[in-house]
Amino acid sequence: MATYTLKINNKTHTVEADPKTPLLWVIRDLVGLTGTKYGCGMAQCGACTVHANGKPVRSCSVPVASMTAQNITTIEGLSDDNSHPVQQAWIKEQVPQCGYCQSGQIMAASALLERNVNPSDEEIDRAMQGHICRCGTYPRIRKAIKTASKLMSQKASTK
Amino acid sequence: METKNISRRNFIKLSGMTGTVLALGYYLPAAGKEGDVIKVATAENTGIELNAWISIDTKGKVTIINHRAEMGQGSFQAVPQIIAEELEVDLNQVNIVFAQGSQTLYGSQITGGSSTVRGSYQRLLKLSATAREMLIEAAAKKWGVAHSECYAENGQVIHKPSGKKWGYGDLVQDASKLEPPKNVKLKESRDYKIIRKPMPRQDTPLKTSGKAIFGLDKKLPGMLYAVVERSPRFLGKIKSYDDTATKAVPGVKRVFKVQMPVFANLRDGVAVVADTLWAAIQGRKVLKVEWDDAGFDHHSTAQLYARMNDSFKSEGLSQKTQGSFSYAFAKAEKKLEAVYETPYESHSCMEPINCIADVRDDRCEIWGPIQGPDWIQQDVSQRLGLPMEKVIVNMTFLGGGFGRKAFTDYPYEAVLISKEMKAPVQVVWTREDDMTQGPFRPGAVYECKAGLRDGRIRAFQAKMAAQNMDHQWPGADKLVYNGSTTEGFLEPYFDSIPNYSFSDHPLDSPIPVMWWRSVYSSTNGFAYESFMDELALQAGKDPLEFRRQHLEKPRYHELINKLEEVSGWKSRGKNAGWGVAITECFSSIVGEVVKVSKSANGQVKIDKVFAVMDCGWYVNPDTIRAQVEGSIVMALGAATKHATNFADGKAVETNFDKYKMPRISDTPEIEVHVMDNEEKAGGVGEPGLPPFTPALTNAIFDLTGKRIRKLPFALEEV
Repeated sequence: MATYTLKINNKTHTVEADPKTPLLWVIRDLVGLTGTKYGCGMAQCGACTVHANGKPVRSCSVPVASMTAQNITTIEGLSDDNSHPVQQAWIKEQVPQCGYCQSGQIMAASALLERNVNPSDEEIDRAMQGHICRCGTYPRIRKAIKTASKLMSQKASTK
Repeated sequence: METKNISRRNFIKLSGMTGTVLALGYYLPAAGKEGDVIKVATAENTGIELNAWISIDTKGKVTIINHRAEMGQGSFQAVPQIIAEELEVDLNQVNIVFAQGSQTLYGSQITGGSSTVRGSYQRLLKLSATAREMLIEAAAKKWGVAHSECYAENGQVIHKPSGKKWGYGDLVQDASKLEPPKNVKLKESRDYKIIRKPMPRQDTPLKTSGKAIFGLDKKLPGMLYAVVERSPRFLGKIKSYDDTATKAVPGVKRVFKVQMPVFANLRDGVAVVADTLWAAIQGRKVLKVEWDDAGFDHHSTAQLYARMNDSFKSEGLSQKTQGSFSYAFAKAEKKLEAVYETPYESHSCMEPINCIADVRDDRCEIWGPIQGPDWIQQDVSQRLGLPMEKVIVNMTFLGGGFGRKAFTDYPYEAVLISKEMKAPVQVVWTREDDMTQGPFRPGAVYECKAGLRDGRIRAFQAKMAAQNMDHQWPGADKLVYNGSTTEGFLEPYFDSIPNYSFSDHPLDSPIPVMWWRSVYSSTNGFAYESFMDELALQAGKDPLEFRRQHLEKPRYHELINKLEEVSGWKSRGKNAGWGVAITECFSSIVGEVVKVSKSANGQVKIDKVFAVMDCGWYVNPDTIRAQVEGSIVMALGAATKHATNFADGKAVETNFDKYKMPRISDTPEIEVHVMDNEEKAGGVGEPGLPPFTPALTNAIFDLTGKRIRKLPFALEEV
């Protein structure tokens, strides 16, 4: 066991954990943010996706010891009122069914739009390829990313 | 946010019983008789048990008890939408709470068989219309005017001539003193303002913000975590285990043997309990278990399918017959025979199986992603010898269900572990546990034969070989046929085909099997609708026209006409392959057309899927579209991506690296249409799945001349 200081959603958390503990379990069970989900434990499904310095990371497969210098954002840190354009678009297009994978999908989509505000169909597929949705919401995820892209471009042009 | 679970007693407390709220319930006097609406207070005084309740408080806030699970299919939305329509309130005024398991109160709570709406909409409509009429009556009395001069709108009663208004909250006290009227008039569907409109789901914002609490997210004070190393061969028994290294892992509290009932068998396992889930997982990694695997078959997929194919030599168990198949087949002008194979499948809900139990001396409380809380209540009560009311089952949001989370195995395993620990324990199945332990969708093989005369089917025979889910229970009579052998087959075919025979050839195997979205229709549909396509070809008919000729009922013709129109079937080009399939299950009929073509590299690709759903009376067209889209993607996975295989008695596919799921890039464009009619409400969550696969393989045949009779197949290898 060791002590780690993590920066999650702009707040500092100090936790006691085995160095090999995946970030996922630290976020969920020690920090208490349960929006990030366990799906496979081997970076195959994307349900556990969070941002580390703005980039999407599979939190089930990175040990806590490697994450101390990173700025970590979870679904709870994207906004506290569903105001992020990706969340807005997800609501507008009524994407979620069971909803379990959607935190990860939203984190991947927001990271994509952050680096490419107007992705093509192929770029959307490539960025979202690592995310499984058993309910099959993929057609709506595609639509919602385009909607979010519009919202973000509008926002940028009014600035 | 958590789903709020509530007991009957608490509801009555909340409902006030003091006359300051209007609380109404629906009760069913006896089986087969029409139910009635009465006041909760009356029910309480006379001991009448209510199922389905609403209450309206002095602020005009409406609370409804939802007795079904929310696993993505939209009952969280559909039930309030029904209430809001007849009650004349804004959807946002309706607050929904989940009912704790209680079969006496709600009847069956199993969220399965696509039954939530179709099983309860009529009583929900009546309940809310009755409340509305009582509020109007209370206002009319207050004003001293005729009831007929008043109407309700947007949570208010309005006096038409004067424009005077009362909010519902101001009327509940007076209304609660009135007797509920009999025979209230329900709206005509053309007058609906909320029902049949694509209202946004109320659970969506919880699911885009990470705030929805699923089973795995639920925490209790002092809760411990457990994982279990279970027998990988289902029937294997523990010979011995060595937990020395496990106990040395910091955080591990105890290691002990646990036996989980799975139908008629006990699944041996070793539980590792710790104060964090990660510690439990680490402890399990270094646990050494020696299994005794003698005395039962260590089956492989090849052996299982050889046995199923072999079983067609026998008569099987006759399920449904008419006329004489063999006579008509002998006399037929054209004959056709084909065998279709479908694999075992894992449910693979994105939320792996998990459950919390807190067992005390005199009571037991459970929290988890559970499809059938009343079934769990009954099972745990019997096994623990506790009275039903001492077993409290709370539903969380479900991260997928698809039939898997209706089973009783995992809640009872959590009960056993909590009982041993004398503490609340959350038992978590890893993805590997979830994928290899079952229960699975049974694989099935079909032998189909048919004879044609004058371009019509005169003789039809289908033999289904598969495990029968009902045969797994203790003491089950294995000579009882599988009633689902004809599931998915369109009803009018039984009228238009003069001679038919359906038989079931049950496979006996220790592999546990369970409902998987659309149950046997998920495999039947592929066999029957592929065969229908092959028969149309033999008859020299257009496949859609061939079906039209054999489905001589207006409702089916309307669906076919719609499908023909929206897909552009008549003007289909030569460069593409087109396939159609129509199936019927859970009282809904769905037709799908798939269009495929060849991409530049010569591989077959799906260009578009058109679906027409006829589920009769319906609530939310957007939820229906979402469910059909999802059903198609799930079918696409089972058709072209994944299967569960067995080798040496164990499931081979252990995680998503081997069990390949459909991804966003595999997903074609999907266009869904919903039929508008006044037929009885049918299911929505499942019926969209069965027609997809045969429509796809029929389209591939149309394009390439290759007939696919075995699933799964790789689209890129066609």
